[in-house]
Amino acid sequence: MTDSALFVVRAGALTTVQDRGRPGHAHLGVPHSGALDGPAAALANRLVGNPPGAAVLETTINGCAVRPRSTVAVAVTGAPCAVRVDGRPVAWGAPVTVPAGAVLEVGTVIRGVRSYLAVRGGIAVEPVLGSRSTDLLSGLGPPPLANGQVLPLGDPQGHYARVDVAPQPAPPEELVLRVTPGPRDDWFTPEAVRTFTSRAYRVSPSSNRIGLRTEGPALERARPGELPSEGMVLGAVQVPPDGRPVVFLADHPTTGGYPVIAVVHPADLPATAQAAPGTPVRFVTVRRR
Amino acid sequence: MRALPVGDNALLVEVSSGEEAQALHAELLRRRAEGALSVREIVPAARTVLLDGLDDPARLASELTASEVPPAPPRARTAIEIPVRYDGPDLADVAALWGVDEREAVRIHADTEFTVAFCGFAPGFGYLTGLPPRYDVPRRATPRTAVPAGSVALAGPYTGVYPRSSPGGWQLIGRTDVVLWDHARVPAALLSPGTRVRFVPVGRS
Repeated sequence: MTDSALFVVRAGALTTVQDRGRPGHAHLGVPHSGALDGPAAALANRLVGNPPGAAVLETTINGCAVRPRSTVAVAVTGAPCAVRVDGRPVAWGAPVTVPAGAVLEVGTVIRGVRSYLAVRGGIAVEPVLGSRSTDLLSGLGPPPLANGQVLPLGDPQGHYARVDVAPQPAPPEELVLRVTPGPRDDWFTPEAVRTFTSRAYRVSPSSNRIGLRTEGPALERARPGELPSEGMVLGAVQVPPDGRPVVFLADHPTTGGYPVIAVVHPADLPATAQAAPGTPVRFVTVRRR
Repeated sequence: MRALPVGDNALLVEVSSGEEAQALHAELLRRRAEGALSVREIVPAARTVLLDGLDDPARLASELTASEVPPAPPRARTAIEIPVRYDGPDLADVAALWGVDEREAVRIHADTEFTVAFCGFAPGFGYLTGLPPRYDVPRRATPRTAVPAGSVALAGPYTGVYPRSSPGGWQLIGRTDVVLWDHARVPAALLSPGTRVRFVPVGRS
């Protein structure tokens, strides 16, 4: 490791270190974790020549500000926002050089929710079970950023990608989530199953890295009682007693006792990271492949 | 046995008892160790085993439902011993539910050999089975906002030990100083599915 590091000038509302998470430990109760918008995090890494699994910063709504000790290449992707170096506007979605001691400001999102800041060399906090990701459910990994904190940077690896700008999907106006039914759709009335895939929901403000909560028509159960705890996958749509579907995201619990009516297609999950509260949500059934 | 598809890459295999789930889990671990099963996560639970990260869940589903699961192999390892001060705030309530005095409740618990049926809720939290069904207890009507780390607790058919302070609705019967989860340790989790456990009473200090 070099002596390069980032000083956290402004931590922002909720900024966490994220990489591709810690798969393979669900049987011990360890959530997967990792960047919610994986493609955006991977792109930020590619723009600064990092391997795709390097740790980046994931911001929430109002960005963050950091001051590198040495001159570094950075890139901001994900939710579009103003990016400034010592107050001067620089490019979003493209590699930018930040001189030693200058302040890099990742601004409030224009749309979307989460921006990703990659720094050449990667954020080099100590990994836990092979990952540097902050897991907000179980508390594994580094705590969310705090003002005045210093984050170590790793040694640059690999070739510097000669990419100036890269196309990125716009944050969704409407979240259309393809789902495959089950495993517990038989716990709901046929009417509830129809409601789930035909009525509009909205993203609830209580959504977080654990789950995308929704507001909309409650789904009625066909059977009472409790489901014994069972394993949960990323993208599981769990329906708690209030009847509003919750889509399990990266920090979701590994087991749960509420029935899962359907599972969201993995390719549709990154968009959930950028769906602001109030965004309309539709669940669309697709045939199992 | 039923194998329910979960999305495109996972399978939830449902059996009719906790013992069958543990046997199925052991069998799946054996197949993976042999290289006969490629899967990212094998997550046992109360009546199910989840297999996540499969290339062809439908094929595995038909294979599994067509085959017999051998009973769980006898475990060679001796039980892990967890010293417990049986002085939890709900010990008297648990004893009353069991229809015995506190001393007898402690004896019943400490004379039982437990097995970690599955993990969940928090890293290092195991759901331990072993008590006869007549000793099932309900959760507290009102969950506590903070249960101290090391609390030994009961709910339904399970005994568990809280790896860290967290909210919880289980009946607290004691405390241990044993560290359930330490990510700097290998393995990080003291308890994993299949581990045998005995609770050893120690003096109230």
